[in-house]
Amino acid sequence: MSATAVHSLWTMAAEPVDKIDAPKIEYGQLAPTLIVIGAAVVGVLIEAFVPRKSRYHAQLFVSVVALAAAFAAVVALAAGDYGTTKARVAAMGAIAVDGPALFLQGTILLVALVAVFTFAERRLDPAAHGNRVDSFVAQAGAVPGGAGEQAAVKAGFTTTEVFPLVLFAVGGMLVFPSANDLLTLFIALEVFSLPLYLLCALARRKRLMSQEAAVKYFLLGAFASAFTLFGIALLYGYAGSVSYGTIADVVDGTVETVDPALADTMGNDALLLIGAAMLVMGLLFKVGAVPFHMWTPDVYQGAPTPVTGFMAAATKVAAFGALLRLLYVVLPGLRWDWRPVMWGVAIITMLGGAIVAITQTDIKRLLAYSSIAHAGFILAGVIATSEDGISSVLFYLGAYSFVTVGAFAVVTLVRDAGGEATHLSKWAGLGRRSPLVAAVFAVFLLAFAGIPLTSGFTGKFAVFKAAAEGGAGPLVVVGVVSSAIAAFFYIRVIVLMFFSEPKADGPSVAVPSPLTTAAIGVGVAVTLVLGVAPQYFLDLAGQAGVFVR
Amino acid sequence: MEKLIALLVAAPLLGAAVLLCGGRLLDRVGHWLGTLLAAASFAVAVVLFTDMLGKDAEDRSLHQHLFRWIPVEGFQADVAFQLDQLSMTFVLLITSVGTLIHLYSVGYMEHDERRRRFFGYLNLFLAAMLLLVLADNYLLLYVGWEGVGLASYLLIGFWQHKPSAATAAKKAFLVNRVGDMGLSIAIMLMFTTFGTFAFGPVLGAAEETGEGKLTAIGLMLLLAACGKSAQVPLQSWLGDAMEGPTPVSALIHAATMVTAGVYLIVRSGEIFNAAPDAQLAVTVVGAVTLLFGAIVGCAKDDIKKALAGSTMSQIGYMILAAGLGPIGYVFAIMHLVTHGFFKAGLFLGAGSVMHGMNDEVDMRKYGGLRKYMPVTFVTFGLGYLAIIGFPGLSGFFSKDKIIEAAFAKGGAEGWILGSVALLGAAITAYYMTRVMLLTFFGEERWRHRATASPEEPGAEPAAETRGGPGGHAEPHPHESPASMTIPMVLLAVGSVFAGGFFSIGDRFVHWLEPVTHHDHGDSPLSAATVTGATVVVLVVGVTLAWFQYGRRPVPVVAPRGSLLTRAARRDLLQDDFNHVVLVRGGEHLTRSLVYVDHTLVDGVVNGTAASVGGLSGRLRKLQNGYARSYAVSMFGGVAVLIAATLLMRAV
Repeated sequence: MSATAVHSLWTMAAEPVDKIDAPKIEYGQLAPTLIVIGAAVVGVLIEAFVPRKSRYHAQLFVSVVALAAAFAAVVALAAGDYGTTKARVAAMGAIAVDGPALFLQGTILLVALVAVFTFAERRLDPAAHGNRVDSFVAQAGAVPGGAGEQAAVKAGFTTTEVFPLVLFAVGGMLVFPSANDLLTLFIALEVFSLPLYLLCALARRKRLMSQEAAVKYFLLGAFASAFTLFGIALLYGYAGSVSYGTIADVVDGTVETVDPALADTMGNDALLLIGAAMLVMGLLFKVGAVPFHMWTPDVYQGAPTPVTGFMAAATKVAAFGALLRLLYVVLPGLRWDWRPVMWGVAIITMLGGAIVAITQTDIKRLLAYSSIAHAGFILAGVIATSEDGISSVLFYLGAYSFVTVGAFAVVTLVRDAGGEATHLSKWAGLGRRSPLVAAVFAVFLLAFAGIPLTSGFTGKFAVFKAAAEGGAGPLVVVGVVSSAIAAFFYIRVIVLMFFSEPKADGPSVAVPSPLTTAAIGVGVAVTLVLGVAPQYFLDLAGQAGVFVR
Repeated sequence: MEKLIALLVAAPLLGAAVLLCGGRLLDRVGHWLGTLLAAASFAVAVVLFTDMLGKDAEDRSLHQHLFRWIPVEGFQADVAFQLDQLSMTFVLLITSVGTLIHLYSVGYMEHDERRRRFFGYLNLFLAAMLLLVLADNYLLLYVGWEGVGLASYLLIGFWQHKPSAATAAKKAFLVNRVGDMGLSIAIMLMFTTFGTFAFGPVLGAAEETGEGKLTAIGLMLLLAACGKSAQVPLQSWLGDAMEGPTPVSALIHAATMVTAGVYLIVRSGEIFNAAPDAQLAVTVVGAVTLLFGAIVGCAKDDIKKALAGSTMSQIGYMILAAGLGPIGYVFAIMHLVTHGFFKAGLFLGAGSVMHGMNDEVDMRKYGGLRKYMPVTFVTFGLGYLAIIGFPGLSGFFSKDKIIEAAFAKGGAEGWILGSVALLGAAITAYYMTRVMLLTFFGEERWRHRATASPEEPGAEPAAETRGGPGGHAEPHPHESPASMTIPMVLLAVGSVFAGGFFSIGDRFVHWLEPVTHHDHGDSPLSAATVTGATVVVLVVGVTLAWFQYGRRPVPVVAPRGSLLTRAARRDLLQDDFNHVVLVRGGEHLTRSLVYVDHTLVDGVVNGTAASVGGLSGRLRKLQNGYARSYAVSMFGGVAVLIAATLLMRAV
């Protein structure tokens, strides 16, 4: 269509427009998200109207009930065949309700539930002025170490806002992997990112570090969001639509009706390729793939440890879900363009994460690099471009997220006078002093390393198998080599814990409340069950392996 | 009837299990239990034999399928037995000689604390040996093959407190390993060639298979036979194996186990028939060993080692015959049976002599014993006459046939092999006469002479050395108890009559013909000429020995001797050869491998670790904590990502 035709459109626009229909929303199918967002709003109201003393219990109650109810809703939808035969696109094409979405939502909700337990832990730090304290700052607005902070601590303030923040983040994460158009995707991204930026800044101890982490995360996140948005704009320019299905059709060439307003750009492959690359980059930033990983160690280290655990597990699940949907639903026609690029990203992510982790001396940074390496392993499954690839990634995400939450929960237990003792040298001989805690941590480390009889092995085996069958043999070789490198630093921690002499001034292991105990217990149980008898869950992930269009 | 076959193996196996696991409770009855179970196996064998005689020659073969051992698609391994005339012959030999030697051991091992264990091992050996000859496929045969190797190892080293016995056991084990490797490779080749390793299909298909493959299989089987039957070049273990108790030497290292190689070759006859090159190799090995063993036997002063050389040489005859093909198979087995009788008898006689001489083994310290040990003298003498081939005795018939068959091979080959066999017969007559003269005739060189010095405990510490402090004083030769002499007498009967019995009307030939087939060949010499020649060389050998050892007094300390004598005393330098070539070579190889491991492998491994660590340290510096450089890295990353995506399209 020529430029002259475009001008005639202005005259056409003068004609009476069609009425805009009221949006049709399938509330039942969106129930999980709506419950969580609703509960978050209730949480805000609690902050406003409930007396300070009761807030903690009220917030905890609301959060746990909301997450459990949302999970029940997911199970009900899955039982109603929404994951398989009745999979559909809901909410005027904005949200997909299908197998991968439900599986990932279920995983996110369970992980969030476990993470909320660690958020609510109040027995690890000694009580300050007769008030039990948690991992979060007394008053976020106070200057670190200033008079305001001291007053807040003395008054026994606590930041119960973390609960609605977590719920908002979870709400965004639930939408993220099920978003079916690019705008919903972007909104979901911001909905879950902003609460996380805030949560990162709320550490009770090492506040400056925490605030620095939050600022870095925010700046870099905003930077990445800008790329994402730019990518969305370019894709719109290419396809004339932000809907996943329509873009895919345009890529395939099945839709040729051109939006007159975009006559010059539509169908221009340069826009498509650049836009796709930028959009993918935004998601790679969230999953922490090299070279967009730089924020990970700093933020993981600075954020309050319960937040780190939640973030490392749930964000990865949500972001990989969105990446899968983008690559499998929107860009399958572009497979031959993005696969080689993703190959490269996966390789440098696996190797980079594993190699740099070797020289880390801080347990939280170590786990951060480990999460980068794991992102690489999961990418190998993403690249398989097969149904097996999808289901293996789903399984890996489920297995990995519980190990991560559990591992960070253990990190909160090992403490000395300055709070958590995260320097590795302080972990020497932990196995002699607290055999149980060390053994549990060893189980998590072995799962990270992918040793058989842990969930890590099953997951890694599944993604590598899918990748090899998808024709990515060399990638699997690199993956195995990186696993071997990664095994070194996992095992090194185990050696440090069990075969080194404990230091005289070493940290002590705090006795947690049932909340953290439950979180760790669930982590260990899931790790072992998925390692020893994974078949049921593999089948589940296998059934959930088809995206709706 | 088929059901009885498993019983043959089961009886001694049960004995082994009970005796080895039974504990001290069985110490008092264990030896009789072991003997009883060996006899039970013999009884079953006799029943099966009479049953077999009642059938026609062609359908005497019995099969029993016990269970499927390894069922993996194309790889089907069964535990199944096949009892045909060849197996039957072996079963009768093994169980009869085995039972007699069990009986002998009751007396011989009377004073040994670990007698129960000894009988357990003997039963284990019987079970394994029977499994070897009864198996209907090569894999099960291999199980028995390894089983007898294990029993042999355990029994050679039975007196493991003696370093020499422990070393000898280890040596036998290691040398046998080389041969076993040959058998396992042969089985693998069979599987790849025929897709199976059961006797029926493999041997049935041998005709249609390429000669190259059959030659390879044949040579590997020959290697296996060389190891088990102590043939050149794997012969070195047999002499040292005499460290074991004498009944063990008689049963395992003379009558039965060492003949397993002959069984293997005869059993695989179809393969060798179709692979003339492998057959030629077999005859060469046999001929070389027959001279090698005979020469070693001439020089040894230790009575058991002299007999061990003789065993080697006699098995050389059998291997030679087996290599001749259908002309020789029957005679190889016939000589094997007669040899089983007379060699076992000779060893038991030697054991009886040692028993009466305070475990002295040096024949130069014997002499004139015929007066003191009449039964031993007579039985040993009959065995002696049998082995040298005195007309009318067992050895005469079987050895004569082998020599005839060697000539019948035809051509230059036949002449060479026949002459070697004849020469061997002369040397046999010489060294056996030497043993006989040194032991039973001449002066009583043991008078006024203490035996085995205290620093060097005798070879047979368990036998009668409990003479108090005077244990090392002048020996008092005496006849052995009845439990020892009865087996010797029975074996002597076998040594005298078996050969004649087999030869009347060619009974043995007809008996085995359905399995091994028979071919007369065309000898350039008439049977009478060969027989005449055999007798002549026999007389020459005996006369020579008589001139050297009968007419002149024998020095108690061995003279230095010629170069050949000295070499023969050292087993013709076989150990020196092995040491220089294999041990030294092996040491150099391992040393260089260790060097490579330390420098190259460890270097690579440590180097990799160090370089990964170094890389890690450098990459870590990129993580400098500044949000601006992180942003730059992201910007660069996305630029590369976009460029790469566009590039992919361009390509």
